[in-house]
Amino acid sequence: MKDTLLPVAHVFAMVIMVVAVIMLAPLVLAIWGLDPALWAFVVSAFATFVIGALLWLGTRRFKRELKTRDGLMLVALTWVALPAVAGFPLWSYLPIHFTDAYFEATSGLTTTGGTVLSGLEFLPRSINLWRHLLSWIGGMGIIVLAVAILPMLGVGGMQIYRAEMPGPMKDSKLTPRIGQTAKLLWAVYAGLTVCCILSLRLVGMQWFDAVCAGFSALSLGGFSNYDANIGHFDSVPIELVLSAFEVLAALNFATHYLAWSQRGVRAYFRDSEAKAIFGVLFISCFGLAGFLLFKGIYADFPTALRYASFNVISIATTSGLHNQDYSLWPTFAPMWMIFLSSIVASSGSTGGGIKMIRTLILAKQANRELNQLVHPNLVRPLKVGGSVIANRVVFAVLAFVFLYFMSLASLIFVQLASGLDFITALSAIVACINNAGPGLGAVGPGANYGVLNDFQTWVCSAAMLLGRLEVFTLLVLFTPTLWRK
Amino acid sequence: MKIIILGAGQVGRTAAYHLSREEANDVTVIDSNEEILRDLQDRLDIRTVTGNAASPRVLESAGIANTDILVALTNSDEVNMLACQIAWTLYRTPKKIARVRSADFTARDRLFGENGVAVDVWISPEQLVTEYVARLIRYPGALQVLDFADGRVRLVGIRARQGGPLVGEELRTLRVHIPNIDARVAAIYRAGKSIKPEGSTVIVDGDEVFFLAARKDIRAVMREMRREEAPVRRVVIAGGGNIGFRLASELEAKNQVKLIERDHRRARRVSEQLKTTTVLHGDAADEDLLLEENIDSADVFAALTNSEEANILSAMLAKRLGAHKVMALINKPSYAELIESGSIDIAISPQTVTIGSLLAHVRHGDVVRVHSLRRGAAEALEVVVHGDADNSRVIGRRIEDITLPEGTTLGAVVRGEDVIIAHHDITVQPDDHLILFLTDRRHLEAVEKLFQGSASFL
Repeated sequence: MKDTLLPVAHVFAMVIMVVAVIMLAPLVLAIWGLDPALWAFVVSAFATFVIGALLWLGTRRFKRELKTRDGLMLVALTWVALPAVAGFPLWSYLPIHFTDAYFEATSGLTTTGGTVLSGLEFLPRSINLWRHLLSWIGGMGIIVLAVAILPMLGVGGMQIYRAEMPGPMKDSKLTPRIGQTAKLLWAVYAGLTVCCILSLRLVGMQWFDAVCAGFSALSLGGFSNYDANIGHFDSVPIELVLSAFEVLAALNFATHYLAWSQRGVRAYFRDSEAKAIFGVLFISCFGLAGFLLFKGIYADFPTALRYASFNVISIATTSGLHNQDYSLWPTFAPMWMIFLSSIVASSGSTGGGIKMIRTLILAKQANRELNQLVHPNLVRPLKVGGSVIANRVVFAVLAFVFLYFMSLASLIFVQLASGLDFITALSAIVACINNAGPGLGAVGPGANYGVLNDFQTWVCSAAMLLGRLEVFTLLVLFTPTLWRK
Repeated sequence: MKIIILGAGQVGRTAAYHLSREEANDVTVIDSNEEILRDLQDRLDIRTVTGNAASPRVLESAGIANTDILVALTNSDEVNMLACQIAWTLYRTPKKIARVRSADFTARDRLFGENGVAVDVWISPEQLVTEYVARLIRYPGALQVLDFADGRVRLVGIRARQGGPLVGEELRTLRVHIPNIDARVAAIYRAGKSIKPEGSTVIVDGDEVFFLAARKDIRAVMREMRREEAPVRRVVIAGGGNIGFRLASELEAKNQVKLIERDHRRARRVSEQLKTTTVLHGDAADEDLLLEENIDSADVFAALTNSEEANILSAMLAKRLGAHKVMALINKPSYAELIESGSIDIAISPQTVTIGSLLAHVRHGDVVRVHSLRRGAAEALEVVVHGDADNSRVIGRRIEDITLPEGTTLGAVVRGEDVIIAHHDITVQPDDHLILFLTDRRHLEAVEKLFQGSASFL
């Protein structure tokens, strides 16, 4: 175990130091705005860097090239341990427990967006920037970032990349070198973020709010600077801009890159996931708007469409921004939205859940089984978007979905046992494991996760990590073979 | 450089390994076997594409449009040649290297180039390995013999043995021993570790010494390192495959060659094409057959079948039965390391032999020849220096004034037809070919930089 853990810790130490450097951003903002959280950031950045440096020096002896299992371990370790480090500024400044700081940082890094804090508009700007920055880094993946900027991860990199990038088929890279692929993905991500921030500024947001909302939208996080979330602005243009960028963030970033390099939108029409996502969102927005109108929640169709579409898109893409307390709508509507959050986001996007590609694969597999019943001698390969999916992938998807639902069910049972009511337990776990954000009931958009007790908060943190690492990577930590020599 | 490798066989995989570990290269490998590719991608930082290597669609998805070098290394000559032709016709790929094994193709010069098949360079691993083994047989006692400047200079690896006049003496005494001959010791490996050769270095029994000398002087220098061995007369070759057959036809004029082939039909075909070689049908690991054919009086036993395990076993058996020197063709580097310290005298690694000729084409234009040594840890290079004293960091300077990266020795300078063994007072002139030895190829980039100077920016 020592031989496995220490070389991994050596690389992890570098990741910690990278985080310490990123902490300088809110630190600079704090100096500039003379804000009361300045010392919290000075101490946190310094302490984080020292911890990283000491760990790095202490494990230098064990430095070696990472093997397959080390890659998995590095990703799992990073995601489990990093929130503790990233939560440091929150914990040292705000009057909250470690449990809540860990939850908040996990919620940021996993791009969930559920918060335990209230009175967000009264927090120092540096603290709010840090929360959004965590979302933004976590969106494309902290390890992918490390691969992009730290050259020494080198071989073994593919394993790491595979363990962190969402989706069932990760063998195709944009470029031959893993480091370059990571750089390109981050470039597309950063480019879209800048576009989003500028658009938000154009439609009237203040610079600081625009930056934070931009981070939130592209990472599909869901944090906001206001308790009322996007409802605070009450502006249709802002909602339109955010919806558009949320949909973009829910598509595969490799497709964005292709479209960019071909200077055209053809790539999106070839991406079967993208087509399915557009279809599902379009039908859901108009369907729910009609439903809300029919139920008399809103007086006219345009208003109904405005609220239905913004919230549907936000929750379905697992962003979790919202402009209405949709938990007050008839149960069908919020439940449908939360259901969508499990399936809508694309592989290779910043969203969570099962991912659209797996849904498509399973739907086609089910169809194949049905056809097989009618034509016992049928030979039909499983195709998605014209390319054949290997049976190996289908099996992996089945195993994933099984583990996903089992985790979901068992965590819901744990929450129920701890005393939560059914709607809150169900919605909190579904929202956390899909990295969507707000749930329903006690943790709905009108309230927040602060009402949970310590134990329930930890369970939610675990659910977020499980969802972000697509179950396997985290569960691998608990397989005895990983630890055996 | 963007490189596409076709075929993930032994040679393809080794090429991918060597090329991808040079920072500047982006490597994509195409093969039809998905399993092999997945395994390869797990270990190397490359991209893989599954599909038919000669299909434009597959080539396109591997990014042929902006590829600098296409290296076609599949098992089929025809696929390799076709892939190169497609790459040139459709995408104007600047450099196309193909593995072409059949002498049927390679013997016809007009087939390739301008009006022929668009293959810029063809390599035949079998041919290279055959030449390599033939050189080893020509210089009994040598572990490696590598050509530079069209064979005018050779780098020879040899194990020093008690009985050679230089063994136990300082290196500087070499000039006293053989006053008319110039040679340069480029590297010494003692117990697997490199030690820097200096005038005061003493060579001891068991050292692996690499020296550079003009072709005619090699035997004289070798005599200094170990007692001279009698020239090889009797050669027994196990395996009548491509390499075994070529080697036999090359050697049969001057040596007494016996070739053992397991497959009856193959043995027949080989015997029809060979002139004086005795072709035997049988198992090379059959003790009775070997004894019957007087293995104890064989000067060299070379096991060159497709199966490396069989090669190792038959070579060990031949050694025990009294063959003077045994060689075995071994693909796995780890096996080669295992057995060279044991009873087999020389392990021949086809990939190491082949990869050098490939690397030379991939490196910057000034590198004309590369030999990979010690399973890729060390490298010997032939570099042409271009430019003039103003824009080059080496031209017009004396060798003692050139700062070479650590572990690098400049062994010889080839100027036109002349071979000049490097001494501190020689001044480098434009268009000289310099022969360098790197004990640690991690310094390769520094070496390349040194010789690029600013000329490449003009």
